[in-house]
Amino acid sequence: MLGRLGVRLAGAVFVLWAVASVTFFAVRLIPGDPAQAVLGGPGSQASPEALAAVTAEYGFDQPVFTQYLTQLGRLATGDLGRSYALNMEVGPLVLAQLGGTLLLAVLALGLAWVIALALATWSTRGGRVAARVGSSLEIVAAALPHFWLATSLIVVFSIWLGVLPPISTAGVAGLVLPVFTLAIPLAGFLGQIMRESLLIALESPFVLSARARGEGARGVRWIHALRHASLPAISLSGWAFGSLISGAVVVETIFARPGLGRTLLNAVTLRDVPVVIGVVMIVAVAYILMTLLTDAVSRLVDPRLRLS
Amino acid sequence: MQAELAAYSSQSVRPRRLAVAEGLAGLLALFLLIAAVVPQFLAPGDPLAIDPLAAFSPPTFAHGFGTDESGRDIYTRVVHGTQYSLVIGLAATAIGLGLGVVLGTLAGMLGPVVDFTVNRFLEVLFAFPGLLLALLFILVFGPGVATATIAVGLSTAPGYARIIRAQLIAVRGAAFVEAATVLGRTRWQILARHILPNTLAPLFVLATLGVGQAIVWAATLSYLGLGAEPPTAEWGAMLSAGRTYITSAWWMSFFPGVFIVLTAVTATVLGRSIDRRMRHA
Repeated sequence: MLGRLGVRLAGAVFVLWAVASVTFFAVRLIPGDPAQAVLGGPGSQASPEALAAVTAEYGFDQPVFTQYLTQLGRLATGDLGRSYALNMEVGPLVLAQLGGTLLLAVLALGLAWVIALALATWSTRGGRVAARVGSSLEIVAAALPHFWLATSLIVVFSIWLGVLPPISTAGVAGLVLPVFTLAIPLAGFLGQIMRESLLIALESPFVLSARARGEGARGVRWIHALRHASLPAISLSGWAFGSLISGAVVVETIFARPGLGRTLLNAVTLRDVPVVIGVVMIVAVAYILMTLLTDAVSRLVDPRLRLS
Repeated sequence: MQAELAAYSSQSVRPRRLAVAEGLAGLLALFLLIAAVVPQFLAPGDPLAIDPLAAFSPPTFAHGFGTDESGRDIYTRVVHGTQYSLVIGLAATAIGLGLGVVLGTLAGMLGPVVDFTVNRFLEVLFAFPGLLLALLFILVFGPGVATATIAVGLSTAPGYARIIRAQLIAVRGAAFVEAATVLGRTRWQILARHILPNTLAPLFVLATLGVGQAIVWAATLSYLGLGAEPPTAEWGAMLSAGRTYITSAWWMSFFPGVFIVLTAVTATVLGRSIDRRMRHA
């Protein structure tokens, strides 16, 4: 167990190192003088003295490899640098935005699971028509772009019905539309996978043997089959979490909600390199933690995984 | 009990359901194809022609989908926008799938060391989930239609590579490959003559399913102002333009979005139907 954990940790450290390296060298590909970018781009008409000062301060005159090592050293100590555009430390800036996005992503993942489970169990029990309706709903839901779903929900619930705020306010009401926007397409994906595996599970020998032991159809469905059927969806949840964070870029922008996604989009538009790197690193850490978590949950649900 | 289960069984439910869905998807695909190739045939007007007197007209007989802030006809624009979205979607899928094939083939064919390296590389790319890789690419190369297309292709490549690698490894273990090895064929002959042809069909399915997703992502980038820009009649850019007028002119956002969803659904249904047919063939 400890050895396995060690391997996973080493893997996680490797991925973080590689993510940092990829972003470092990708950013080097940006054409133009990086010192000029710090001072607000070519349009800012920075004086040669200012450029020289920035070049020295950020170490742009050092060999690329030295800069790379410096950057890695700073990242290892948790120093993400200063934002070009906002002139503040990236670390605290990104951490302050993390909570809102995590809340959004966790709630959306939970809601997506509830919808997907409900759809999958209902459509596999309700006969032919239910199966057709269920699978059509899943396909359409999975095809909905976040930005269109968000605008449609705003039109219906905020403008026509006037029951929910179009802008994500601090309260619970402000969370409803963003969470549903993120959850519905994800529920479509998870539901398709869960229904397929539920169908397979219901035909497995262990279901027959549970029935033969005298368990009721309902018990078999909810305890044996569903547990089995949720495995692929659990292992997909790591990926789902990642896709939720990139969905947050859209949702936070539309609902004017502070968070990592909106910060990232603004930074990309302004070419604020340290902020982009900061967000990417935080997302990579979150993604790795989420993969480890889904791995642990899979082992909890599936006794076979604990044997090997 | 068995009969009860048989009702749930995938085989008994699918064929009829798909016949209807497949037909609809086929018709939609035909409509989209005509809209992409000869848009004048479906919408004779000019998608950029303005008519300030008819601005913000809700859907009427004259303007089926309404008009935008300059009086441009939304229906005409949506139909003419099909070619942008389809071309961007196809190009992005081709880039993603192309990279995926190269990476997947390297990993699947060149022995354990390369396989290990490529796998670690893919793991790293997966830590840039969804649009993150695309946003990083746009940060470096600047916004625009071309970069957005490449960006979407890049961010789909790791997923394709993983599937293709698994497929290659499955085919590599087949008896006919073993037979070819025994007959003294080289590794590359076997790859070209036996393995790749047998992974092509799943590739085709992947491509069909992927086009829908690529169109959604490319439209998302345009919506965020990083891809095509208004007044181009690209669907994502149209939605982006409609965002300002969302309180008064819902039709500016609604109809382009409907077309994105319909295209993505069509791609999904067709992809699955091809997949199923090939499995049963």
